[in-house]
Amino acid sequence: MVTQQEIDKEIAELAGRVTPGGHPPRLYPPYRSSILRSPRQPLTLVTDPDAIELWTPVFGTGDVTELDADLTVRHSGEPIGERITVTGRVTDRDGRPVRNQLVEIWQANAAGRYVHRREQHPAPLDPNFTGAGRALTDANGDYRFTTIKPGPYPWGNHVNAWRPAHIHFSLFGTAFTQRLVTQMYFPGDPLFAYDPIFQAVTDPAAQQRLIAVYDHDRSVPEFSLGFRFDIVLDGPSATYFEEDHQ
Amino acid sequence: MSELASEPSSAALSRTWIEHRPTGQGVRLEPTPSQTVGPFFGYALPFPGGPDLAPAGHPDTVTVHGYVYDGAGNPLPDAILDFWQAAPDGSRTGTPGSLRVDASNGELLGRDGVRFTGFGRVATTGDGHWALHTLPPAADAPYIAVGVFARGLLHHLYTRIYLPDAPDDALLSGLTPERRSTLRAREDATAAAGRAYRFDIRIQGDESEETVFLDFA
Repeated sequence: MVTQQEIDKEIAELAGRVTPGGHPPRLYPPYRSSILRSPRQPLTLVTDPDAIELWTPVFGTGDVTELDADLTVRHSGEPIGERITVTGRVTDRDGRPVRNQLVEIWQANAAGRYVHRREQHPAPLDPNFTGAGRALTDANGDYRFTTIKPGPYPWGNHVNAWRPAHIHFSLFGTAFTQRLVTQMYFPGDPLFAYDPIFQAVTDPAAQQRLIAVYDHDRSVPEFSLGFRFDIVLDGPSATYFEEDHQ
Repeated sequence: MSELASEPSSAALSRTWIEHRPTGQGVRLEPTPSQTVGPFFGYALPFPGGPDLAPAGHPDTVTVHGYVYDGAGNPLPDAILDFWQAAPDGSRTGTPGSLRVDASNGELLGRDGVRFTGFGRVATTGDGHWALHTLPPAADAPYIAVGVFARGLLHHLYTRIYLPDAPDDALLSGLTPERRSTLRAREDATAAAGRAYRFDIRIQGDESEETVFLDFA
């Protein structure tokens, strides 16, 4: 397996590149799994204004309840770890809120272990923490989760590869073309420089958009530390939206 | 900020088609970048009944199934597919009820067997296989939209599944026969039950192999 030094060199060669929307290129060789899992043919442009992809799946209060956004109350006891509150607003690129839409998250526990059978990291499971949650955004596009801070964990990309602590996010917009799966990171993580998944976002300004902000006003006294992670969904240059009739 | 363009012919709700043109006014926000779904989504994203878009026992139900392959021809055991389509009556607005949560214990129940929500989700099994049970999409949107997510894929991909009898639309007509064939499911007489179609997704390959993936710019 290659060393961290070799990966660092490959990361450095690609660093700083500005990409459309700040999205990572699908082929980013320092992340070894991308080599065989990225297309070689150019994507095909779709300009059909009637495309089903310009509409979006809908979810309702029968699909998600408020309790689904609290990852700390799923079991009989309290999970181990730093309790955190993660809040933010989901908007499109014009700042219009994405209302009543599904936000899904999943994460490792405080020791950096996922509840997944294929996870090989010999860190302890926490019987009081599963690590999956769901929420619907409100009328302002805001969401809110209560969870614990996930730990960093090792993985098999290269020798001594460690993922920075992160929470996976899955989002729907007002069009299927605005679909986004991403990862939220925590400010000041010393592992950013070594991680080829984070560094696959090569534009430093775009990297900042993956990092939550510690927000003391959103910390809950005697309970949890507050992080803000606002999400801007990319999408086609034209979209449908619900008109306000007021 | 933006200009009204044409009204979509099939708009079912009070929705308006907006085309963004640079006007020099207003600053567009920079998007949040994509990251890979990773390998450990299995306890979070799949839901009971995710593959069963068709209401239970519906006589028009079709099965669409296949494998997801990488550039070496190996199946992906850790891909997850989102499906989104118009209802058979042409409705594009979707319906809630894909997940349905049991309020008493937070467990997901899955569909109620009545509503056609338009949305499905299937994770591949260890052999890279997936199967969707749905109703044929409407003639004026004659395809199933697919979002492809996988470990190793840093930004998801969009493609479409067209059943064999779906008419050539603008997208299909603009492709070479070789590329077009990657978007056509083919009848599968070997399937155990009912009307079945095979549709494989090849994330990487030469022109005749790699699935056509879409850019909505």
